[in-house]
Amino acid sequence: MSQLTNIWGELRRGSNTITLFVVVLFLATLLASLSNLLLPESSALHVSTYTITLLGKYLCYAMLALAVDVIWGYCGILSLGHGAFFALGGYAMGMYLMRQIGDRGVYGNPDLPDFMVFLNWDSLPWYWYGMDQFWFAMVMVALVPGLLALVFGWLAFRSRVTGVYLSIITQALTYALMLAFFRNEMGFGGNNGLTDFKEIAGFDLSADNTRVGLFVITAILLGVVFVCSQLIMRSRLGRVLVSIRDSEARARFLGYRTDHFKVWLFVYSALIAALAGALYVPQVGIINPGEFSPINSIEIVVWVAVGGRGTLYGAVGGAILVSYAKTRFTSLVPESWIFMLGALFVFVTIFLPKGLAGLLKQRLQRDNNGDSNGHPTKLTGEAKA
Amino acid sequence: MRLNKLAAPDVSHKVILYIEALSVSFDGFKALNNLSLYINDGELRCLIGANGAGKTTLMDVITGKTRCDSGQVYFGQTVDLLKHDEAAIARLGIGRKFQKPTVFEALSVAENLELSLKTDKGVWFTLMARLDSEQRDRIDAVLETIGLSALRGRPAGVLSHGQKQWLEIGMLLVSDPRLMLIDEPVAGMTAQETEKTAELLTSLAGERTVVVVEHDMEFVRSIARTVTVLHQGSVLAEGTMDQVQSNPAVVEVYLGEEP
Amino acid sequence: MRTLLLLICCFVLPMAAAQQAPEKPQITSDSNQAELSSLLLELTQANFRRMPELVTEIEQAGGRAVLPLLTALQDGELYYQPDTRELVVRQESGGGRVTVSDVFTGNTLDGFDTAALERVPINNRLRAVLQATIARILLFQGTDAEREQAARTMLSDLDEDNLVVLNEAIANEQVAAVADMINVALAMNVLVTDAPQAERLAAVATLHGNLQGPVRNLLRSFLDELGRNEQDPEVRAAMVSAMASIERKVRFYELMEQAFYGLSLGSVLLLAAIGLAVTFGVMGVINMAHGEMLMLGAYTTYVVQILMPEFINYSLWVAIPAAFMVSGLVGMFIQRFVIRYLNGRPLETLLATFGISLILQQAVRTIFSPLNRRVVSPDWMSGAWDINPVLSLTNNRLFILLFSIIVFVILLWILRKTSLGLQVRAVSQNRDMAKAMGIRTDWVDAMTFGLGSGIAGIAGVALSQLTNVGPNLGQDYIIDSFMVVVFGGVGNLWGTLVGAFSLGLANKFMEPMTGAVLAKIITLVFIILFIQVRPKGLFPQKGRAVE
Repeated sequence: MSQLTNIWGELRRGSNTITLFVVVLFLATLLASLSNLLLPESSALHVSTYTITLLGKYLCYAMLALAVDVIWGYCGILSLGHGAFFALGGYAMGMYLMRQIGDRGVYGNPDLPDFMVFLNWDSLPWYWYGMDQFWFAMVMVALVPGLLALVFGWLAFRSRVTGVYLSIITQALTYALMLAFFRNEMGFGGNNGLTDFKEIAGFDLSADNTRVGLFVITAILLGVVFVCSQLIMRSRLGRVLVSIRDSEARARFLGYRTDHFKVWLFVYSALIAALAGALYVPQVGIINPGEFSPINSIEIVVWVAVGGRGTLYGAVGGAILVSYAKTRFTSLVPESWIFMLGALFVFVTIFLPKGLAGLLKQRLQRDNNGDSNGHPTKLTGEAKA
Repeated sequence: MRLNKLAAPDVSHKVILYIEALSVSFDGFKALNNLSLYINDGELRCLIGANGAGKTTLMDVITGKTRCDSGQVYFGQTVDLLKHDEAAIARLGIGRKFQKPTVFEALSVAENLELSLKTDKGVWFTLMARLDSEQRDRIDAVLETIGLSALRGRPAGVLSHGQKQWLEIGMLLVSDPRLMLIDEPVAGMTAQETEKTAELLTSLAGERTVVVVEHDMEFVRSIARTVTVLHQGSVLAEGTMDQVQSNPAVVEVYLGEEP
Repeated sequence: MRTLLLLICCFVLPMAAAQQAPEKPQITSDSNQAELSSLLLELTQANFRRMPELVTEIEQAGGRAVLPLLTALQDGELYYQPDTRELVVRQESGGGRVTVSDVFTGNTLDGFDTAALERVPINNRLRAVLQATIARILLFQGTDAEREQAARTMLSDLDEDNLVVLNEAIANEQVAAVADMINVALAMNVLVTDAPQAERLAAVATLHGNLQGPVRNLLRSFLDELGRNEQDPEVRAAMVSAMASIERKVRFYELMEQAFYGLSLGSVLLLAAIGLAVTFGVMGVINMAHGEMLMLGAYTTYVVQILMPEFINYSLWVAIPAAFMVSGLVGMFIQRFVIRYLNGRPLETLLATFGISLILQQAVRTIFSPLNRRVVSPDWMSGAWDINPVLSLTNNRLFILLFSIIVFVILLWILRKTSLGLQVRAVSQNRDMAKAMGIRTDWVDAMTFGLGSGIAGIAGVALSQLTNVGPNLGQDYIIDSFMVVVFGGVGNLWGTLVGAFSLGLANKFMEPMTGAVLAKIITLVFIILFIQVRPKGLFPQKGRAVE
């Protein structure tokens, strides 16, 4: 009971950011959904289903950015392999969706997905068993990436692999997984991945209602993840994480087993990434090994860097902003996007180390000069990345 | 159950820290060379010695930061410190103040103290932890002692060097350790502050055991009851300040340089 | 007639061998010269039925001197001028250039209308005859190496004519290697004829452990129930043992070949990683654009070859310094304008340099197109060193192996013995102290970064000889390079050397069992686990300063 009041207290304490975020997210989702479902297509305010799906995709990216920000912004762990957890979550969801196709595939085989028929396999591999059950697939969405994060994190943090080394081996991890998933023998559709999904939990994936439903679910879950993460970061645990980020050795001398904290956080972050992946796949309709490629993981880091690491809303905003820019520019001038992305990396790291959120904060602080609200911004200190 | 680990060490033989035949070498350089040292419960001990005499390395070994090549370190009669890592040693009640103040600059002064409190340091506990009134009082008291009450909400990063030194000492105090290892407490402090620190340290001894490493001879003289002189990784002399100062070996290698 | 000639040849042969074959073959007498001239004239007019005889007659008249002519005929490069009926060799080289040369001396001839030349026709039967004829000429009149090669060629073509030649040759053969080869051929012939058991057993004994492909095929066929299927149990047993010894040897040499490929991969990894060992290991700067420095080096090679198409054979000697300069300057540029401002913030450096790598890749895509470009290998890089029929080492890999070691040694020398090296080590150990002692640390940083990047450029030149050159070239190597440096131990060049070669060898020895991709995955997973056990790599730096 007392813990419940604690949480309530925390919620009230940080109410301004959290409420603002939740309200904005809620209103935007509601407006977009209603205008899609209720307004006629001819209306100027009608939001097309294409846009709804695009927005849903951005929200998945936002969740992914949140996952990276939680470990990088608050604990100084720069993972260049978070795309791996995202993709694993996505693949688990994809396997479920694949089984839902049933005999509606090109080859009409009721048990085997098309690509297995194509490879002349006679039976389902063992790891595909049970994936036709929604609940089981959802358990796998969390379990597989979670276990990988646990084992990897436990090994890495226990032996005190930190900083750049950790970044490089996370990159190697996702690279190795990419190579593995490209292999047909793995039983995940090789190069083409999993696609041509028909329905999810009985709902037609191509129907507008399903699309809007998925979008709304994504928004709700993003809100939940945001609030949870915000509460964690405001708890003493969050302060321990910041202390680990700024001086891990010192935190150890205070009696904190920093490796436990880091493993815990790494798994939490991997679970968020996996959830984002699982929400992403039914909306974009495909998952393939390209999601494991190191550059994808690095792009996530750019979202967080642009938005401002160490602030959760910054990460969310950065993900949406950069993804939107990518959508726009790749359709306008395809070649220029990579140049811009590259320039963005350099510009942000040199001129905007705290991202847009840092800029915003600076502006606000200048405006309310001297107006101390009693809760100093915890994360203004120079992050020792 | 974790609190069991905070149980007091067995000091039935009056000695709280046994260091026997300790050796550490870095790439052939012997930082500690067969060093033996015993520190009594409740004592205030000063360690002095020239740069490279092995003072910091000794602290590193005691607190689990550096692994030794050979030798033994016992906390009380029973606890073998060499078998524990930094976090476990801290939880046993051995606190340390670093030579260079390393406070958590992004956290506020009060939060720095909160993290140092003597309490469960597990992940789940910290997630749910709230300050109870006793802990709040303790933090307030320590803030008062270190003179940072007015700055409790400010990020530690904005403190001056001297204030950071005080905060470090505060973090040590609030953790209520049985044994305090204090590396150069008065570096960067004004004469007044130095005096205050001396008072504080003397008042702490008795209930706690305090080991101070310091270069400032005036300061050492003002607090020391027993002084141990380290030289090239071994104990050169031990005794009161006067005894040590008149020891010809010490005069030759260390104090001889002093005016 | 033929036997007579052969007899003459048999007398001539040892002498020719003793003289190491004359440099410029001379047609001995005027009468031969006249006969040859008329035969050559006939060559331009004869029909296919007459041709085989004609070739034999030309051989008898001209001996070794007609070898280039027959070779040209075999290759379809023998032409004649319609009006004078003069025979010439017409060759097309790369780029559609046509050269005309003398059939005997190979000297380039001018003043021919290359379009008007007519080809001496050739068919498959004639090709077979030519092959045997050429082999025969070589067997009797070539250098020792040529004669051994000729005998080897006959192994797979043991017809009656060749057997006669071989039998004649063995009688007077002085050179052991050639004699052995001929004996093998004769032994093979014994097996396929109905010789008595003792002879057959002796023949099998001769073939014991022989690695020549035709020998293996023949024995395999005798042991195959659907093939010749040897009936005599004793001979069969001998054949089984001979075959087993052959296969043991083959396995051994295959292992050697794997080792070679492993070392070759190791040398590539070394080249790719060694520049990184300087920037990451010594300076502690993470340069994610390091792979693009390789890529720039490879593209520099491509551009150099475009600029000097006439001198492809020398292009690499220009490309190496050019690539060093290009990549080195780009590296210094990056250091001066980006990395310098991120001093002491390794994760930011990592991100910024990754951004630069994206820009460089896209720039190359825009300038050169996203498609792969092919870099030509100079003649001296192509070909292979044939140690035996099972094991041959390709020259380009051999050269690159050697090259990587040379680069390693030079780099080691620079860091150990030059003043730049001394300053680099000083700065890497204690930047502030070095600065206090008057070392211009920013200058040293730029130079070190330039050095590391320049070496990556050189590595790119080497890579261009092994793979296609494309915008993604660098990306393929960056992760591997980091793995090598981290595995070997940061800040230790020897660690990089050992790391590169052990990873290369491990990869190639796993490949036959697992396939290339899985081998790579296993290597990566191994390194990820290895770092957990030894976070500082194989050869960690020790000391207080490291903490």
